[in-house]
Amino acid sequence: MNTTTAPTKIPVIAVVGNPNTGKSTLFNALTGMRQKTANFPGVTVEHHTGLIELPSGKVNLVDLPGSYSLAAESPDEMVACDVLLGLIDNLHQPDAVLVVVDSANLRRNLFLAHQVMELGKSVVVALNMSDIAKRRGIHIDPDKLSKELGATVIPFVATDRSRAQALKATMDVAINAKAVASATVHPEVVEAAHVFADELRSEGMQVTDYEVERALIDARGYAEIRLINNAPTGTADKLFALRQQLVQQGDGCSLAKTEAIRRYKLIDAMVGKVETRTGKQLSLTDKVDRITNHPVWGMVLFITIMATVFQAVFSWAGPLMDLIDTGAGWMAATVGEALPPGALNSLLVDGVVAGVGSVIIFLPQIIILFAFIILLEDSGYMARAAFMMDRLMRYVGLSGQSFIPMLSSFACAVPGIMATRVIPNKRDRIATIIAAPFMTCSARLPVYALLIAAFLPKQQFLWGLVNLHGLVLLGLYLLGVVGGVLTALLLKRTGLKGPTPGFMIELPPYRFPDLKSVLIRLLDRGKIFLRRAGTVIFTVAIVVWALVYFPRPAEIFEAYDAERVVAEIELSGEELDIRLSQIDNFESAELLEQSLLGRIGKTIEPVFRPLGWDWKVSAGVVASFPAREVVVAVLGTIYAVGADVNETDESLIGRLRSAKHADGKKVFTLPMTIGLMVFYAFCLQCAATVAVMRRETGGWGWPLFAWTYMTGLGYVSALLIYQGFS
Amino acid sequence: MRLDQLKPGQKATITDIDEDGPVAQRLMAMGLLDGTKVSMTRKALGGDPVEVEVMGYALSLRKDEARRVSIEISPS
Repeated sequence: MNTTTAPTKIPVIAVVGNPNTGKSTLFNALTGMRQKTANFPGVTVEHHTGLIELPSGKVNLVDLPGSYSLAAESPDEMVACDVLLGLIDNLHQPDAVLVVVDSANLRRNLFLAHQVMELGKSVVVALNMSDIAKRRGIHIDPDKLSKELGATVIPFVATDRSRAQALKATMDVAINAKAVASATVHPEVVEAAHVFADELRSEGMQVTDYEVERALIDARGYAEIRLINNAPTGTADKLFALRQQLVQQGDGCSLAKTEAIRRYKLIDAMVGKVETRTGKQLSLTDKVDRITNHPVWGMVLFITIMATVFQAVFSWAGPLMDLIDTGAGWMAATVGEALPPGALNSLLVDGVVAGVGSVIIFLPQIIILFAFIILLEDSGYMARAAFMMDRLMRYVGLSGQSFIPMLSSFACAVPGIMATRVIPNKRDRIATIIAAPFMTCSARLPVYALLIAAFLPKQQFLWGLVNLHGLVLLGLYLLGVVGGVLTALLLKRTGLKGPTPGFMIELPPYRFPDLKSVLIRLLDRGKIFLRRAGTVIFTVAIVVWALVYFPRPAEIFEAYDAERVVAEIELSGEELDIRLSQIDNFESAELLEQSLLGRIGKTIEPVFRPLGWDWKVSAGVVASFPAREVVVAVLGTIYAVGADVNETDESLIGRLRSAKHADGKKVFTLPMTIGLMVFYAFCLQCAATVAVMRRETGGWGWPLFAWTYMTGLGYVSALLIYQGFS
Repeated sequence: MRLDQLKPGQKATITDIDEDGPVAQRLMAMGLLDGTKVSMTRKALGGDPVEVEVMGYALSLRKDEARRVSIEISPS
């Protein structure tokens, strides 16, 4: 165990607390923008770290996932325990622990605080949202609680700067203070765990006393599973025998129940001395919940909220998107004029600006979508949505626990699949992982947005409240949900048969989200999207540009230059201009056909011809298998290079509208466009998702299945739609 | 009587919890112990999951989980 810290190391303070205690808001109030999102090695749970300045120097604040207890059911929940014990690579044992406590829920929150105190850490307790508690008639004496608990207790309100200063000063004292472990509630278990851990260590196993203690107490928990997997054979029998012995010598019930009863007895005594309650609490939430959790009105409200979100994503983002479009056009024109014509000019204008620009334009829509998701989470509504949806999820054989990963997948399947780690049952976890990529992620949004805006009429109903574009988008989202649900159902009925998992969540009181915290998280999401645009999409845009631009055979130029000479001799005035632009068009079209991408597209075109695609669309779809939103950039580049030179100022939408097959028929007919959108709704075009699936399922089997299944489903659906309606 | 049988608006005191590993342990960590007072707030469409109030906060759980909790109805 790592207990010594080199003097040059920046001290670490771990931040722990129950879910819904406003922990991340407090974290954001302390760190502001000086934070980063990262993953712990080995596990996939996301966490935030941030450097803050304390009077005695810099400190690294590490925000841990919210939990009710150190008893872990899954690898995900074990992270908190491992960080506190110093078992994480590249992160030394915390010098102090900040326990965030919801003042309105002191009793339940002190359970975790008390467990942490037993670890012998220097602990600071932040009584968060003390203003809300006060308004509900809950008064807590922080000084008395400090004495009772043996740790400094500081009331905290995220919007009050002076509170942050006081908290920082206290943390500064705590990292330099010598911590004393508070008396344990079960000394006999601690002693037995120590002896057993010594025995295991003498056999060469690396294990801490506390890991063994948790393995003893948490029957069928993750600590037990991990210990048995890593320990020498025969450990399981010894562990079970020792547990049995402790139960018989103890209070006559399980060790877990003994821990809970004894701890709550101590806590009850403490709370009795420090807390006074006047009046009834939960009144506003009670009233709101009567509607939001109502079997009928709640469902109506849920559907209304979801519909509003999708309408807003379309209509509010419009002006901002126009602005970005104008900006990109100005950039292309400026760069195009500043540089002499040639490969570099084309690379910058048609490759970089057109490719990346056509993806960045969707930033406003993504920001609006995330703003809604974060607001729904922080206000407390998301838990109600899970409560409403649990019954539905159960018809699929899953639980409300799968609802959150599925909902996260509407933003991106990668964090969604990562979030499935909270599902303890492996079958349900895999079913959720396979269903998650069906949810319409933000990368599909650019594709949908482009095709809808280009090929569907602008129609409005109900006095402009509802528009056809928003409705079609909602329909595509629903299609993803239906696809995912049917897939999960199929899996749960066949390969992943098993009982329905449990569902147990707190419904936190409604509260107004903290604006600063919302903005910080929103910027974080925006940065992640832009980073993708700046790396993956940038690279693909350049590669695609090169595939489109080269090889440029000299014969083509010579042939068309000869035609130009002929035209200049034979024609004059307006006729000459028309003829010259015609020649330019034929020239670019032939260059494109002769290009590397043109050859690739034509080779694979027969595969996609039954779907009504031309070789350009086929090439774009194939190029977008690593990341689906790339198709917009690819189409942007293909159509920019091959565009009619008189139409260079026209947007991609205009170019798509005028795209024609060799026989002169329009490429983007309504059945073809809808088929293409459905193809994107189902197809698994995301290398990151495939990679994370492999990591989470522990092999290539499931990702390979998902890829084949989803791509096949997309192809067949697009085929049926195109052939059926053309 | 079991917690899942409690009607909305009724109050009760917990008398026992069926112990069977992580689910029961989580319920206990969240404060559902012998002697704790609970009340049924509402039930979702079809009566499942249920929402109970315990120690001043709202907890949603399924009938299957609520069934593990033995209760004694308090006179209202």
